[in-house]
Amino acid sequence: MTAMLNVKDLRAYYGQVQALHGLSFALNEGSLTTLLGANGAGKTTTLRAICNMVRSTGAIEFEGKPLSGKSTENVVRLGIAHVPQGRGTFTTMTVEENLQLGAITRTDRKNIVADIERMYDHFPVLKERHTQQAGTLSGGEQQMLAVARALMLRPRLMLLDEPSFGLAPLIVRELFKILGKINREDKVTILVVEQNAQLALELADQAYVIETGKIVMSGSAKEIASNEDVRKSYLGY
Amino acid sequence: MELLTNQVLAGIATGAIYACMALAVVMIYQAIDHLNFAQGEMAMFSTFISWQLMQWGVPYWSAFLLTLAISFAGGILIERLLFKPLAKAPVLTNVAGFIALFAIVNSVAGLTWDFTIKQYPTPFGSAPFLGSQLISTHQAGMIGVTLLMLIGLYLFFQFTRIGLAMRAAAALPESARLVGVNTSWMIALGWGMASAIGAVAGILIAPVVFLEPNMMGGVLVYGFAAAVLGGLSSPLGAVIGGFLVGVFENLAGTYIPGVGNELKLPIALALIITVLVFKPAGLFGRAIVKRV
Repeated sequence: MTAMLNVKDLRAYYGQVQALHGLSFALNEGSLTTLLGANGAGKTTTLRAICNMVRSTGAIEFEGKPLSGKSTENVVRLGIAHVPQGRGTFTTMTVEENLQLGAITRTDRKNIVADIERMYDHFPVLKERHTQQAGTLSGGEQQMLAVARALMLRPRLMLLDEPSFGLAPLIVRELFKILGKINREDKVTILVVEQNAQLALELADQAYVIETGKIVMSGSAKEIASNEDVRKSYLGY
Repeated sequence: MELLTNQVLAGIATGAIYACMALAVVMIYQAIDHLNFAQGEMAMFSTFISWQLMQWGVPYWSAFLLTLAISFAGGILIERLLFKPLAKAPVLTNVAGFIALFAIVNSVAGLTWDFTIKQYPTPFGSAPFLGSQLISTHQAGMIGVTLLMLIGLYLFFQFTRIGLAMRAAAALPESARLVGVNTSWMIALGWGMASAIGAVAGILIAPVVFLEPNMMGGVLVYGFAAAVLGGLSSPLGAVIGGFLVGVFENLAGTYIPGVGNELKLPIALALIITVLVFKPAGLFGRAIVKRV
């Protein structure tokens, strides 16, 4: 199997501060991979570097094409959907407008309408609230909306930044179940960054552990989950 | 009573122009977080272009539409050449940019068409509207054209994909980029549209204030007052603010002793200060709360 996303020696900088110190990893097509690590380890920066939202060096290839030098919107147009930390909800717009924005780069108008209906099947609560301002949704509903908005791109690869953040455990389970379904049924490759390691490892098939801007551990999610040392030193449970 | 109705209607007519200017200012403010001090001068320049076209024999409405197209392109050009490079510059650098633009546009207009006052035609005539002494046909035309344009803009922003993308880019640039919106071009498009809206305002008010390089000075102050009153974060508020300022200006000039025509402009400035002190977000704007 060839790697869909190949990241080599990635270094990222915020002004003078270096946040990533030569990160390398690969995602297989169709995989569901999780990137774990403590606060400040560089998880968010890694996702932002893939979309060229921070200054970085190194090589990132998506389906064989280099991403460096491309603007964020052009990276997105290649089929990479990014659900940012804090969800990036357009709070003053309606739920349906948020979904339409997810498909703003697409030209196949007929399918967009069908896709919006499909999102309402995945997330029935969004259908109930489709004319409501997105800012009036609860945190969990907004996270569902953010995932649905990302899927409206018909992405080949979806990046999720801490989707469990601030959500009730029950909601997180529901959300992760849907992510698994999307990965299997819609063949979307997923990279999810998480602090909630236990749950992420249940969901994922591959895992990387990151510490202070470097990958310190990689393997199948099962291996990582069963390795006591890794759990204690890096994942804290 | 007839005086009151007359003054209110006349206020709505000039208010339509203030609404256009306020809307143009708010559109650019939403896109780049700066007030375009040169908005009035750009509108004045557009008006001169339409006048020049008519001098060359182009009929009124053709000149009108042609001027909108030229102004639209000109607005985009100004953004690309001057304000895109300043996007990450400090506030004062941008202010300097706006003042430079103001001075340059004003002088170029003066140099090209000189500073003498010119008559500007109206396609509506200035007879009493529908036989009523309350309002002239030109005033009715000002209101009508403005309302048509506002409805068009509303439909554009509400029901087209590009309108949706522009709203997204103004509301949350980073999120907009993450769904693939080219926010940089959305800003340029906003400049183009603001410039064209200003052109409409200039062309409609020119028969009233006459055509000369400083014609929009006062109008822009009222436009700012309208934008502040309605709320700089609300295009709808800016439009309503425009009509309110127009009516308020006229009533104050008529009924408050000693105000008259001479003190109308200070009233607009007093209004700006009053709103900023008591309701900084304006009537329809959202207060921006930053968590720390």
